[in-house]
Amino acid sequence: MDHTLESLAAEQHAGGGVREIWKVTIILSVLTLVELGLGIWMMYLDDGLGKHFIKGTIVILMLAKAFYIVGYFMHLKHEVRNLIMTIVVPLFLFVWFIIAFLADGNSFKNNKNQWDRNHQERSKEPMPKHEEGTHSLE
Amino acid sequence: MMWYFLMSDAFTFGAFLIAYGTTRFATNGWPNPNEVFKTYPLSGEGANAPLVFVSIMTFILIVSSVTMVLAVHEGHNMNRKGVAKYMVLTIIGGLAFLSCQAWEWTHLFHEGAWWGRNPFPNADGTISTTNFTNFFFTITGFHGFHVFSGVVINIIMLIMVLKGVFDRRGHYLMIEKAGLYWHFVDLVWVFVFTCFYLI
Repeated sequence: MDHTLESLAAEQHAGGGVREIWKVTIILSVLTLVELGLGIWMMYLDDGLGKHFIKGTIVILMLAKAFYIVGYFMHLKHEVRNLIMTIVVPLFLFVWFIIAFLADGNSFKNNKNQWDRNHQERSKEPMPKHEEGTHSLE
Repeated sequence: MMWYFLMSDAFTFGAFLIAYGTTRFATNGWPNPNEVFKTYPLSGEGANAPLVFVSIMTFILIVSSVTMVLAVHEGHNMNRKGVAKYMVLTIIGGLAFLSCQAWEWTHLFHEGAWWGRNPFPNADGTISTTNFTNFFFTITGFHGFHVFSGVVINIIMLIMVLKGVFDRRGHYLMIEKAGLYWHFVDLVWVFVFTCFYLI
């Protein structure tokens, strides 16, 4: 029993080494810094196509970070192919989830703005100022 | 089995984040995160430093993930002292992250934000909904709870390492499983950080 576990452990960790760990660390740090840079740049932009483009870029960088964490830190890249598939394939459901739900939310907003004038008027009222430090329930 | 647990956990977090995204798409206007999260500890009232504090939190979690990988690596070499050293560093990182989050929650609470109340107007100054604070506290709270349980697991692992349990067992596979959970917590933070603070 012990022997099988040891050979299993040796087999699973063909890739890696300390150098790879530091390489991935540097990649993750650089990606985070780029994200922060884009986030700061975005503060100075008005709403529009450019801002959406930056948000898309940030999401892509986020997915790249996720790939490095799962692939190298969590070692999935060096696992057996079947394990990789049983983990990754169900996650593709998220593609459908995200598209369907966000589109649904967007159309709900458009319908409500179109058919419920009251709702649209109310969403244009300015927020009343609160006193600092009070905890009024509203 | 750890992988399948983490996959189910990923679906839980995914459901939370998609609910947040759907609500945000269904709402006219939304508070600007750069207005809400602009302070850091000891900064005083007038601080305007968006993204600074949360990026420190992000780096703390990334670094603690790295020390966890190094602990797993030392485990392969059957180096008990090395594992213990990196486990201690990982636990310190986890506690530092939790402290940062505790400070942030306290600060927001004193600004009047909590479940069911939202003092922050939308980016264009119009009335905002409490969905903003509800989702923020629910999702960061759920993540913080994962960090907390990760720290507890890591402490248990550290005690087992120091008692020499894994040396007697002949392998450090348990450290690896705890490591998987810890990296997953870091991974979720990547998503939470992006969805709440950046975009």
